Amino acid sequence: MDFAFSEEQELLRASARDYLADRWPLDRVVATADAEPSFDAAAWKELADLGWLDPSLGMLEHAVIAEETGFGLLPQPWFASVALAGPVLDDELSEAVGNGDRAVTLARDGDVTASSGALSGVARLVPDLASVTDVVVVAADGLYAVDVVAHPEGVIPLSTMDRTRRLGELRLDGTPARRLDVDLAKLVDVRRNALALAACEAVGLAQRALDLAAEYTKTRQQFGRIIGTYQGVSHRVSNIYVATQLSRSLAYWAAWAVAEGDAQQDAAVAAAKSAASEAAVFACENAIQVHGGIGFTWEHVLHRFYKRAQWLEAFEGYGRDHRAIVAEAVLAS
Amino acid sequence: MDFRDTPEEAQFRADLRAWLTSNLPDDWTTRTPSVGHFDVDAARVWSKKLFDAGYVGLTWPKEYGGGGAPYPHQGIYLEETARIAAPDHIGGIGLGMAGPTIIAWGSDEQKKRYLAPLLSGEEVWCQGFSEPGSGSDLAGARTRAELDGDTWVVNGQKVWSSWAHIADWCILVVRTDPEAEKHRGLSFLLVDMHSPGIEVRPLKQITGDPEFNEIFFTDVRVPRESMLGQPGEGWNVAMTTLLHERGTLGFALTAALERQLNNLVRLARQPSPDGQVPADDPVIRDAIAREWIDLQALRFTNYRSLTTLAKTGVPGPEGSVAKLHWSETNQRLTKLALSLEGLASQLDGEGGVWDGFWQYQQLRSRGNTIEAGTSEILRNIVAERVVGLPRSR
Repeated sequence: MDFAFSEEQELLRASARDYLADRWPLDRVVATADAEPSFDAAAWKELADLGWLDPSLGMLEHAVIAEETGFGLLPQPWFASVALAGPVLDDELSEAVGNGDRAVTLARDGDVTASSGALSGVARLVPDLASVTDVVVVAADGLYAVDVVAHPEGVIPLSTMDRTRRLGELRLDGTPARRLDVDLAKLVDVRRNALALAACEAVGLAQRALDLAAEYTKTRQQFGRIIGTYQGVSHRVSNIYVATQLSRSLAYWAAWAVAEGDAQQDAAVAAAKSAASEAAVFACENAIQVHGGIGFTWEHVLHRFYKRAQWLEAFEGYGRDHRAIVAEAVLAS
Repeated sequence: MDFRDTPEEAQFRADLRAWLTSNLPDDWTTRTPSVGHFDVDAARVWSKKLFDAGYVGLTWPKEYGGGGAPYPHQGIYLEETARIAAPDHIGGIGLGMAGPTIIAWGSDEQKKRYLAPLLSGEEVWCQGFSEPGSGSDLAGARTRAELDGDTWVVNGQKVWSSWAHIADWCILVVRTDPEAEKHRGLSFLLVDMHSPGIEVRPLKQITGDPEFNEIFFTDVRVPRESMLGQPGEGWNVAMTTLLHERGTLGFALTAALERQLNNLVRLARQPSPDGQVPADDPVIRDAIAREWIDLQALRFTNYRSLTTLAKTGVPGPEGSVAKLHWSETNQRLTKLALSLEGLASQLDGEGGVWDGFWQYQQLRSRGNTIEAGTSEILRNIVAERVVGLPRSR
C-alpha cells in the first residue's frame, strides 16, 4: 500500500506551481477572465511546451495538473481539452492538441444530427466553447469534430458566473464536420476521467481558499488582536483544512482507481467529485466569511475561486446525483 | 501510488482471514449486533488467542513480544477484524497509549517487565491524565507525588479513566515539583492499580454503562524506579502518549466506523413493521451515501498519513483530522440509524430494534467529540500547529 505520488509526479507538481505563480499571477487571471473569451494561441503553446498537453500523460499526471490549475485558477481550456475531450480525440486531433496547435472542447448536451458530412442542431452548455479551436460534438450516430475557427458563426458565448470557464451554445446549420473514428462507448471513460479530474481541480481550489484565509487571519487585526486568535474565526479555518484534506484523499483515490480500472472506480469518482466540489464551495464560503466585507467585494479575488467551485459542483450533476450512484453501490452489494 | 496489497501483504491478509473464520463462532457473521456489555473474562480469553497467534502488537519490536511487522500489517489487521466485526483486544489503552509510551521512554528493564503481559492481555492498563479541575488542560494536573526515601507517595484524584475498574496498571501524570513552571513540574509514573490507597469509583455515563471511572489516590506508594523519563519530564512523556493516541488511532477509527456503516446498511435493508424498507427512500439513500463517502475519506486520509509515516517515521499532518472527522461522522451516522426506527427508536432494551443496539451507540457517540481531545481543542491544534495561525491562549 503506497499512497504517494512518484518523485517525477511531485516534480511535475512543483514545476506547475512555479509556472502558474510566475506566468499566471492572479491579476493576469482576472484580466483574462474579464476580457472577451478567445483562443489564446501563445498561452496554449506554453502549456504544450510544459508537456501538459502530451497525449502520453497518465491519469495521475493529469490529477497533479488538474489540482494545480485549480490552485492557480488557470483561465485556459486545459480541463475541456484534456480532462473532458481528451479520451475521445482521434490521433489527428490528439497530436494537434499535444503540440499546442489546437484546443478542443466536448459538446454532449443537445440535439444534433449529421447528414453527409455536415451537422445541424444545437449543442448546449459547452464548456470553454469560445476559448477553443475545435469542438467534438456528440451527434445521434457518432462523434464529429467541428472547426470553430473556420466556422465561428455558430459559437454563442453565454454570460457565465465563472468567467474563467464560460459555457456557450453551439448552433449548427449544415456546418461541415469531420467524423471521428471513435466509439461512442468511450463517453463512459470521458465521464469517469472528467469526474476524477474535476475532483482534483476542486481540491486545488479548496487549498487556495485555505491559504488565502490563513494568510488573512494571521495578519488582520480587530479589537487589538489578530483575528486568527479568535476561535470563532480560527475554527472556520480549521474546518476548511479538514474539508480540504478529506477531499484530497478522495480525489487521489478516485484518480488512482480510474488509472487502474479498479472495481470501485465508479463509486470512487462519484464520492470524490461530490465531496471535493462541495468542499471547495465550503472552503470558499468560509474564506469569504473570515475576510469580512473585503471578501464580498468584486475587487477581491475570492469570488473568482468561489465561482469556479460552484461551476465544478454543478458539472455532471450536483452532489445528490453522485450520492445516488454511491447509494446504489453501497446498498446493492 | 498503489493501494493494492503486496504479495506479502496479501498473504498476511489471507492468513488472518482464515484464522478469524476458524476462531470465531460459526454463526458469528449472521448474529444481530449486540449492545455488547463488556464481558471481561471472554475478552481476556480472546486477547490471549490473538496474542498466541501473533496478531497483537504487530508493529512492536520482536524482542518485547511484538511482531516486528511493517505498519501496513496493522492496517490490514484492523480492516479484516472490522470486516468480520471481531471482538476487540482487552487492552485498548495499553496497546494504544501505555505500550507505545513505554517503548519510546522506558528502560530496557521496564520494556521487558511490562510489554509482554500487556500484549497477552494478562495485564490491563488504564490512563490517569484528566482531573476534575483539568480536563483538556493536562498541564494543570494537581495530583501530586512526593519522594519519601525510594518511594513516591501519590495523593489526588483522576477522572474519565476508561477501564480503571478492571485495570492492573495505570499510566499516571503527577505533579512532582509544585514550584516549577506548570509544564515542567510534571512526572509520569507507572502505578500498580492493586496498591493500597487506590480507590476506583465507576462513573455512570449517559448510556447507563460505567465505562469511565474516578480514581482516588491516598498515600499510594510507588517505587522510585516506576517512572518513565526523569522527574519533570512528565509533560514530554505524556505528549508521546497523546501523539500516539491521535496518530495511529486513525486506522482503528476507520475500522470502527466501517463496522457502524455495515450495521447501518443492514438496518436500512430491514423492513419496518409497516413493510417499508428504509433503503428504498431516496432521502435515506442520500444520507447513507454521505456516511459511506465520509468513511472512505477517513480511510484514505489515514492511508496518506500512514504512507508519510512509513517514509519519514512521522505521521503526516493530514492525520490530525482523523479523530475530529470520525467523531462527528459517528454521531451523525448513529442518529441516522435511530431515525430509521421511528418511535421504536425510543426503546432501549428488549422489545426494541436489535435490543437497543443503536440507542446505546447513539448515546455513546456523544462522548466521541469530548474524549481524547475535545473537538474544540482539536480545532485549535489544527489552526495553530498545522495551519500556523497564532496561538489563542
